[in-house]
Amino acid sequence: MGQQARADDELLHAPLVIEYGFNRTTGPVVGAFLTGLREQRVLGIRGADGRVVCPPVEYDPTTGEPLTEMVEVGTEGTITSWSWVPGDREGQPIPAPYALALVRLDGADTAMLHVVDAGSPDAVATGDRVRIRWADERSGSITDIACFEPVGGAS
Amino acid sequence: MSPAESDRTLSTMPTDVWSQPSVDVPDLGGVEQVQRITVPASMRYDYSPGLTQTRFLRALEEKRILGERTPGHEDVYVSHRGVDPVTGLPTTEEVEVGPHATITAFCVVHIGFGVNAPPTPFVSALFLPDGAAVSLYGTVGGISHEDVRIGMRVEPVWVDDADLTTSMENIRYWRPIDEPDVPAEQLKGHM
Repeated sequence: MGQQARADDELLHAPLVIEYGFNRTTGPVVGAFLTGLREQRVLGIRGADGRVVCPPVEYDPTTGEPLTEMVEVGTEGTITSWSWVPGDREGQPIPAPYALALVRLDGADTAMLHVVDAGSPDAVATGDRVRIRWADERSGSITDIACFEPVGGAS
Repeated sequence: MSPAESDRTLSTMPTDVWSQPSVDVPDLGGVEQVQRITVPASMRYDYSPGLTQTRFLRALEEKRILGERTPGHEDVYVSHRGVDPVTGLPTTEEVEVGPHATITAFCVVHIGFGVNAPPTPFVSALFLPDGAAVSLYGTVGGISHEDVRIGMRVEPVWVDDADLTTSMENIRYWRPIDEPDVPAEQLKGHM
């Protein structure tokens, strides 16, 4: 633009937060799942091929037909995949470091994404057994699961 | 917004449109069902207005309304973007405008939203500062909304000196001054 910054032109900047507080209805399936979490129980849903999908979905992932049979699964499970998160990012369930992992709960055939409080990347491996650490205050939200922790060696 | 207001029925689904069958749920002990959740989504920026807007905002901190124009051209733009939007030429000449201004357009707001919205009804308006070619946005105060007119002469009401910052919020609102209205004819091209 051909303009020279003058001494008093030190550039202003300021934090700007754009936030939307979406208020949404859950529907019967997700609503039941969240209700279960509040009660420290985990629900999945039986798919068209008999496999249990957890977290539950309203429609079959393969055929698209509506699903209706919700089933309870366990609160312990197996890590099927994971990635180490060394640094803090905003809005995460627990302070870093932690593992971001896919956990297949006992009785389920699919995995859910959550964090594992494993302390160090040496303490986590695919196939490891983990269990839910419940939040002290639960409101019917995925964050009612505070995190997962290794079975037998919680940090 | 109160929960009661946010939960009111806005519309109803036509029958037979939503065909999801009822769901069998294991007994959870007769507890209250979760039916709604609030899911906040936010984006955090470190926003910079740029050098030209920085000059405008720094002047506002001194209760001055600063415009810019291209040397040799008439139109003063406020708040400026560094170039004349008509010619594309740099606006390198600073010109102080206002503080008196003329209402060029207004709207009576009956449904307010946002954290800083004044009590309704209020008047949002465009204010053409004396000497400027374009208007600034703000709200009208000190007068009933029924008495606001296009062409009305106004002045800014600033926040207390101790509260001045580099922000448009330095101007709390604009209030009428005892001067005759500007005929709409004279506002042509500035509306």
